[in-house]
Amino acid sequence: MSSIRRVVVTGLGAITPLGNTAAAYWEGLRAGKSGAAVITRFDPAKFKTRFACEVKGYEADNFFDRKEHRKMDLFTQFGVVAADEAIADSALLESGVDKDRVGVIWGSGIGGLKSLQEECISFGRGDGTPRYSPFFIPRMIADSSSGNISIKNGFRGPNYVTTSACASSNDAIIAAFNNIRLGLADVMVTGGSEAAITESGVGGFNALKAMSERNDDPASASRPYDKDRDGFVLGEGAGALVLEEYEHAKARGAKMYAELIGGGMSSDAYHITAPDPSGSGVVLVMQNALRDAQITAAEVDYINTHGTSTPLGDGAEIKAIEKVFGEFAETLNISSTKSMTGHLLGGAGGVEAVACLMAMHHSLVPPTINLHTPDPEINQALNFTPNVAQARDVRIAMSNTFGFGGHNTSVIFRKL
Amino acid sequence: MSEIAEKVKAIIIDKLGVEASEVTTEASFTNDLGADSLDTVELIMEFEKEFNVSIPDDQAENIGTVGQAISYLEEHAK
Repeated sequence: MSSIRRVVVTGLGAITPLGNTAAAYWEGLRAGKSGAAVITRFDPAKFKTRFACEVKGYEADNFFDRKEHRKMDLFTQFGVVAADEAIADSALLESGVDKDRVGVIWGSGIGGLKSLQEECISFGRGDGTPRYSPFFIPRMIADSSSGNISIKNGFRGPNYVTTSACASSNDAIIAAFNNIRLGLADVMVTGGSEAAITESGVGGFNALKAMSERNDDPASASRPYDKDRDGFVLGEGAGALVLEEYEHAKARGAKMYAELIGGGMSSDAYHITAPDPSGSGVVLVMQNALRDAQITAAEVDYINTHGTSTPLGDGAEIKAIEKVFGEFAETLNISSTKSMTGHLLGGAGGVEAVACLMAMHHSLVPPTINLHTPDPEINQALNFTPNVAQARDVRIAMSNTFGFGGHNTSVIFRKL
Repeated sequence: MSEIAEKVKAIIIDKLGVEASEVTTEASFTNDLGADSLDTVELIMEFEKEFNVSIPDDQAENIGTVGQAISYLEEHAK
């Protein structure tokens, strides 16, 4: 891209299974804490998987009027809460920003699953008379997240939601990046959220045989790269970034966490849920991201992997990293923070971007926990940052997310 | 206050998140109690559910105040 408009990160926000602010989330990450526990949102007794990584101690009344939050599905509430934190962190509103030049592109893989489930159950239990709430559709649609974030703050720039399953947030970040690079906006609020720990979410993923069933020990269930991994652990929450054109940020004296220097996208074109075991789509996405960032593989310090703890996906991604990074694959720090947060689906790229930016800010790589019996099928000469955080000056960090449908995304941040 | 009036007011307080003191007979859902068009639709649906009635759209259009809701329901509730 020939554009010289550079894009920096000026605000962070998060609500996660490890903590309900970006700072609390980081404390959980650096300590190597697991966010998994028995499901409390519904009675999981008859489900194959009875645990998940839930957001804890969240009370909607602490953030919204009751009348307001009743009209938002939980995934939208998480989105608004994390976006508000990022916006406050950026001090954007205090600087008298032109709100016509501020947009919101948000990621959600599913949207308001609980709202959909509840309304359909209610109809099914009735006598056939349709008594759907007028708030059902606005609660359910995935774009109610970006819509509510803009309404709350008066941001009138580009506004939409990207949906590409577990790649949704990274696609949102890349789209927001491009909107600023192309001059369509000066500031973009981006990231993503998900709240799919419902009967239909857990039951649906169980039917796909994609989730861990380690009910006797939830905290150790998400174990990327470990020989005994048996699937991902469902998470929920949101991660938010404020992206801003460099000169715009500089002119108002904004704090800058890092520069967003590249985004890559590709498709496996292989299978609707299974990853291509050859990893060729993942090779392509990282190559695309490196090219966009105009850097070489040797310059990357840390990769926050997709690493969901599924038997197939983890190995394919690592093979792809070995192919793209060659000899440098062994000098990188690699970690899957999903070992701690679980898999936030469409929210994953948001919270993982926050993890990368915090790692750069604190010069500390968060670990891959529960890595006790390395999988001999995966090259263990690579540094998976096992179990304990490692000090490192992270100058360049890459964050990968891939989604059902074969969507691959990768974003790259650089220290300023 | 009739039992119906009490129930109507309780629904309005719950759905619109307003104080009991604001829910006067003359209070308009949209002008006084902060309801938008979707809130009004939801109120009508709640009245239908609570009082087991079906309020046709052309009748619902005439229910814009607390008092109008109470008198309609006192007349039609089963």
